[in-house]
Amino acid sequence: MIETLQVVVLLLVAAGATGVVLIRSPVRQVVALSVYGLLLAVLFLVFQAPDVTLSELTVGAVILPILLLLALAKVREREK
Amino acid sequence: MTVLPYLVVVWILAVGLYGMVTSRHLIHLIMCLIVVQSSTYVLLLAVGYRNGAVAPYFSDIGVHTPAVDPVVQALALTDVVVEAAVTGLLLAFAVQAQKRFGTLDPHELVQIKG
Amino acid sequence: MSPAARRWVFLAAIAGLAAFYLWGLAGLPGFGHYPGPYGLIINKIAVAQTNATGVVSAVNFEYRGFDTVGEEFILFMAATGMSVVLRHLRGERERPGLERGIGADEPPTSDAVKQAALVFVGPVLLMGWWLASHAQTSPSGGFQGGVVLATAFILIYLSGGLLTFRRISPVTLTDAVEAVGAAGFAAVGLAAVLMGLPFLYNYLPLGIKPGAVSSSGTIALISFFVGVEVAAAFVLMVGEMLEQTLLVRGEAAT
Repeated sequence: MIETLQVVVLLLVAAGATGVVLIRSPVRQVVALSVYGLLLAVLFLVFQAPDVTLSELTVGAVILPILLLLALAKVREREK
Repeated sequence: MTVLPYLVVVWILAVGLYGMVTSRHLIHLIMCLIVVQSSTYVLLLAVGYRNGAVAPYFSDIGVHTPAVDPVVQALALTDVVVEAAVTGLLLAFAVQAQKRFGTLDPHELVQIKG
Repeated sequence: MSPAARRWVFLAAIAGLAAFYLWGLAGLPGFGHYPGPYGLIINKIAVAQTNATGVVSAVNFEYRGFDTVGEEFILFMAATGMSVVLRHLRGERERPGLERGIGADEPPTSDAVKQAALVFVGPVLLMGWWLASHAQTSPSGGFQGGVVLATAFILIYLSGGLLTFRRISPVTLTDAVEAVGAAGFAAVGLAAVLMGLPFLYNYLPLGIKPGAVSSSGTIALISFFVGVEVAAAFVLMVGEMLEQTLLVRGEAAT
């Protein structure tokens, strides 16, 4: 039996993934990706997996955005 | 309703792949790849879930309490961290590609020869 | 191929994939009806066999330790590969100024960001250390602790700028720490082989009370090495990207 909370978070995750892909500007997409990482972390917690939550939280909210933003800054400066 | 997690998995995969196929910016493509990778985490955890079970940590509950599958959690856990490192390597490639070819458009990069 | 044709080919392919996926889905038990034997068996015997109450970490470093060695070396190679890929091409030079104390070409950071990042460095460092050393007792472990430790260094960059970040984590030291972490894991496994046991056998004393910090033998030791290696790898990667963005200038000769 699937719980209501799990259904809600699953639908939010599906909507979040669609949102990340449909945004075309890379800088805005980084912010959307960060929010998507947070939603995924909540989903993993609701699926009774706290270890995976800890990993995804830090990776999705800190490490991936900083690598992406630095790469974007580097390529934007050369495009000028 | 019991197949909803698996449908969400294939939706995330399809949406991410669509973003990759129709992308015009290499870094947008890398972010869509991150979305595709996240679908596998959801699939792994959905396969191991048990109704009414708790997380598999037995420091304060009895050993025979029903718990979810720990093997798929171990797989997903290392998966998350290693994919972040591989994404970093891909970003380094994208930066060097922009320096070498002057463009980040995948459609134009295909036509450059050597 | 024009973008519209590309889109249609993609839709046809994804329809085929979805059809196969749904066909395979029909054979699965529904969500929540977990049939498989391995999860049930491991949950029953893991605490008795390894004295570790965190079963996920026991699976990661003991029952499935060989796979974890492989994954950790993927991480190691990704960090090394990034340093190799971001080498200086012909015609590029690095901006002088880092050694003379003049900051790189950074826009000025607001004081609020600096203060907030500085306040959190200590707690995040403590939390990362706690996570990396408590793998066998609670939801924690080498991989999680390592990324949280790397976050502490990123906060140091946010509050102090590139100069402070480089002083605290110079490249040679981070390289050495990462190598120690990766080699330590392999060495713990090889020491078992030298003793005549299988690779990565749990040969340290298992402790008395399940769930204590000094229990479960090699699991705690391996988790510490993995934590150190993951943290160093991510600090190395972020440092490389920072230098590439802020310091390297010039036109690369094609």
